[in-house]
Amino acid sequence: MIDYTQKIREIAARLLKEGTVDMVIGFRKGTVPMMNEPCFIRKPEEADRLVWDSHCGINLANYLYDRKEKIGVVAKGCDSRNIVTHIVENKIKREQVHVIGVPCTGMADKRRIGALSEKDGEIREVSEKEGRITVKGDSFTKTFEKKEVLQDNCTTCLHRNPVIHDEMIAEPVEEQTGIDPFEDVKRIEALSPEEKRAYFQGLVADCIRCYACRNACPLCYCPTCFVDESRPQWVGKSIDPTDTMTFHFLRAYHCAGRCTDCGACERACPVGIRVRQFTKKLNKDCVELFDWEAGLTLDERPPLDTYRPQDPNDFIK
Amino acid sequence: MKWIKIEKEDFPRGLKALAETYQCLGPVKGEKYHDFKVLDENRPPDFDFLNTPLSPKFLVEPQSEILFEYTLDEKKEDAHILKEAQKDLPPRLVVGIRPCDAAAFLLVKRNFDTEKYKDPYWVRAYEALTLFGLACQTPCAACFCTTAGGGPFDEAGLDALMVDAGDHFLVKILTEKGEAACNTAGWENVVEEKAALDAAALLKETAESKIASTVETDNLKQQSTTALYDAPFWEEVSFSCINCGTCTYVCPTCWCFDIQDECYGCSGVRMRNWDSCMYPLFTLHGSGHNPRGTKLHRVRQRFMHKLKYYVDKYDDGIQCVGCGRCVVSCPVNIDIRRVCNLMNALPDPSTVCPV
Ligand code: SF4
Ligand code: SF4
Ligand code: SF4
Repeated sequence: MIDYTQKIREIAARLLKEGTVDMVIGFRKGTVPMMNEPCFIRKPEEADRLVWDSHCGINLANYLYDRKEKIGVVAKGCDSRNIVTHIVENKIKREQVHVIGVPCTGMADKRRIGALSEKDGEIREVSEKEGRITVKGDSFTKTFEKKEVLQDNCTTCLHRNPVIHDEMIAEPVEEQTGIDPFEDVKRIEALSPEEKRAYFQGLVADCIRCYACRNACPLCYCPTCFVDESRPQWVGKSIDPTDTMTFHFLRAYHCAGRCTDCGACERACPVGIRVRQFTKKLNKDCVELFDWEAGLTLDERPPLDTYRPQDPNDFIK
Repeated sequence: MKWIKIEKEDFPRGLKALAETYQCLGPVKGEKYHDFKVLDENRPPDFDFLNTPLSPKFLVEPQSEILFEYTLDEKKEDAHILKEAQKDLPPRLVVGIRPCDAAAFLLVKRNFDTEKYKDPYWVRAYEALTLFGLACQTPCAACFCTTAGGGPFDEAGLDALMVDAGDHFLVKILTEKGEAACNTAGWENVVEEKAALDAAALLKETAESKIASTVETDNLKQQSTTALYDAPFWEEVSFSCINCGTCTYVCPTCWCFDIQDECYGCSGVRMRNWDSCMYPLFTLHGSGHNPRGTKLHRVRQRFMHKLKYYVDKYDDGIQCVGCGRCVVSCPVNIDIRRVCNLMNALPDPSTVCPV
């Protein structure tokens, strides 16, 4: 990871010096363990602020649009797919971004690591080396195999290498094979309607309607989100369970065929709600109905905003 | 000041006695985290927690609160009358609240309970509370209460302070409310003051020495408001913010709310819900103009309010008790400690060469 950091700094400094880009968006070291903060730099000498490790889970595609500058952006596999989606949806032009591709080996799940160390005390420091993550507290040290503490979405990721890039910071990593990304969805599909209802109600019971999940998502860029509209008001603003559920289902549908399962939403939720359980079902449908995974190609629009005469559903004809 | 001793094994018995007079609340471990919940025999308090990720401010200012109700059904006597919603507000005893969160109520009180204006909902709910604080003996890494005007054994806003002393709690009774609750519970084992003080002082010192992070606030009052407002660091500070409002929702001192009307058929309610200066809608005018139209405006507002406007208005420190919740919960790691120090250290513009 040190090499990754070094390489990112070199490339960022070079791009700024050559004037290839006006700014580089990446991560700086966080102020709390297992957190890094998205940041930008504009001068080559600021490049040593940039870092890379297993705590760069925030999706940087969220920071690219509505800007004037030519931007260099550090992008792991999922970020690059959201950049593709932005380009396809005209949020940003391909020429405006210089993608610094990072072959990714997955991001650590700070909640899981926190839960596994809960009995020992609070984590005050974290470090990583050769596929292992070590956390330290006042009176304990614990080491985890990184692959055992990955964010849930990283365990089923099939596109760890950036799908577009202008340059790569390292050789591509091997993609994961032989995994079924939709195992959990299948389990839910097998439930009865009542069980499904209970499952989803339980899932969002703690939701405080802060919308961090929505705001962390690069896809949610509407000038005014439907939940914020007041003329007409589509959905109530209290924490009424029906309104909360409406928000979650509609948010998921608005991401259908566009979601890259980057996990930013789940990572952002302050109360740990597994919001991907909603979007993943739609991702699965897109694979099955349209043979589609979001953000893999610049040449095609997402299935739900295109029409083709050979679309399989009879009702469209 | 009176100190008593409560054996831990006696605690449930006391709570049972208290439950006849009070609705008792305390930290309860849920599936994912601790939260303040109504206690009963099957749901005892669990004091083995750092702090709750959500602040107990909801005890006084619930996230959604119905203020008025009406019906248009003319068969009903009170049709077309907007009536205040009836609420059952029993005396409530909160055990295990942290000193920072009790102190936070006092900061909020400044705004909700003044000579001139009283928010009746807030005042009633607050006055119904008796707060049995639990001193922090293992402060979290992100806590900075000692430089935010408080401390892990701070007594401000509490009716009694409990200190964990192994198999028992040493309890300092601070107010009449605290005394009354102890009497109801049958917690009357008075201990000698000097010995209790000494034992508590030692634990206090250890706890304070564990607080590793600080903020610098000494300069905030002198700083020029316009210089801070125009400070060069806001673009960099606000860049990563996603305007999710989490920081303000988890904060015990953030008090903003929004009024909403909801109707169901021919009846309806007027309610208030938590709101946040981080949301674009917060300041959107009817005309469509938004004076805080960008995230830079909104992030700046949050910090200027807490660390400058409040400081100037009340002359009693910052509008933050240093609980560290926003630091831990912000999904992108915007850290108030860092921003506070930047604001405090901003060079005086009159001494900076303009070229
Ligand atoms: S981030 Fe979590 S709490 Fe906030 S709206 Fe989304 S699911 Fe609810
Ligand atoms: S929690 Fe963080 S990202 Fe969310 S509004 Fe607050 S500062 Fe911004
Ligand atoms: S601003 Fe942050 S640290 Fe201060 S009281 Fe609010 S949540 Fe706690």
